[in-house]
Amino acid sequence: MSNLKNFTKGFFKENPVFILLLGLCPTLGVTTSAINGLAMGLATTFVLIGSNVVISLIKSLIPDKVRIPAFIVVIASFVTIIDLVMAAYVPALYESLGLFIPLIVVNCIVLGRAEAFASKNTVFSSFIDGLGMGLGFAFALTLLGSVREILGSLSIFGFKFIQADGILVFVLAPGAFFGLAYLIVLMKKISK
Amino acid sequence: MAKKESTFLNMTLTLFVITAVAAVALGYVYNITKDPIQKAKDEKLKAAINIVVPGADKGEIVTDIVEVEGKEVYLYTITVDNEILGTAVNTFSINGFGGLIRVMVGFDVNGVIIDSDVLEHKETPGLGDKSSKSVSSWNEQFKGMDISIMKDQQLKVTKDGGEVDAITAATITSRAYCGAIQTAWTVFMANKPSVEELAEGTPEEVIETENVETLEEDVDAEINVEPNDGGNE
Repeated sequence: MSNLKNFTKGFFKENPVFILLLGLCPTLGVTTSAINGLAMGLATTFVLIGSNVVISLIKSLIPDKVRIPAFIVVIASFVTIIDLVMAAYVPALYESLGLFIPLIVVNCIVLGRAEAFASKNTVFSSFIDGLGMGLGFAFALTLLGSVREILGSLSIFGFKFIQADGILVFVLAPGAFFGLAYLIVLMKKISK
Repeated sequence: MAKKESTFLNMTLTLFVITAVAAVALGYVYNITKDPIQKAKDEKLKAAINIVVPGADKGEIVTDIVEVEGKEVYLYTITVDNEILGTAVNTFSINGFGGLIRVMVGFDVNGVIIDSDVLEHKETPGLGDKSSKSVSSWNEQFKGMDISIMKDQQLKVTKDGGEVDAITAATITSRAYCGAIQTAWTVFMANKPSVEELAEGTPEEVIETENVETLEEDVDAEINVEPNDGGNE
């Protein structure tokens, strides 16, 4: 598979959220606004690239029977790093994402890519795969966050375009399910 | 390179090396980010104090911690040139619609409220979160209120016979907010700092107040009045 394909498959053909339906917990939880979705997506991208590259590097050194714990240690290290860095340099964003940053550890996409791709492919294509999948995830989260923010609080990236109350339910938990359901339908239509 | 075999020795060694490398890397990152994280926390605290006691950023801050119902109430006494500017109290109520609400409230030396704002909450967006300054101007009404001249020295919403206008459709949040300020006021009046004490300097000291018992009763009695009144929020 060419590197270009490896990169673009994360956006449409194998989009983690819309097609693979992986990592739905943070998807539903943090997307109350576009900026939250984007930040969460980028944090996950960093973890995906880091873990994919490292796992691809050390794949031949890890005995098969302990590969899952080994992968998890690598992933958890990267998550802790991004957790500390965000707490230090973007405290406001860190606060609004809260618990969901440490929870990247158990995001199925990260372990999924490690197991399905990085442990079988070269370092460079693993890097491309992590980048594509991560940005695809960020794209999906930003899209869902934008939809919910536009309908729920009549603003986009914190910029209010109508001075009125939006449809409150889209900011609350049920809105995440509605929004995601319609976006999945839309993506299915487009990708056909 | 051939895949390593899953022998006991191989597995143990591999996991040991991986975890050791991870531990070293994390220790390194922790060391780099420790100071910025502490700085960000301090700045956030200072900003929060400055909202409820304007001018606090130019003063000296002395911290006291008082335990109420197993949770900490923080008193930050701000002095400028040996004059007490005011006291910011980081207080709480566990009776919010979503549980714990933490409120920062500033008192002048006589216990009159300077200003107040929500620090953290889990209230309903669009309803209970109006108690926060970033969402609505609801909590402006607390400015200048003096609990000592109120009926029974109790801060209450109008529905309970008090003077505070509750947030529409969020009476429980409003009650919790009042309850938090009431707790802060009681603690503040019991631990009113004097300039002499401050000169000696007693930072980070945990004071067990005698008033904790009565305080608990007060807060409970106040908030348990018709807890589901109106069925709102």
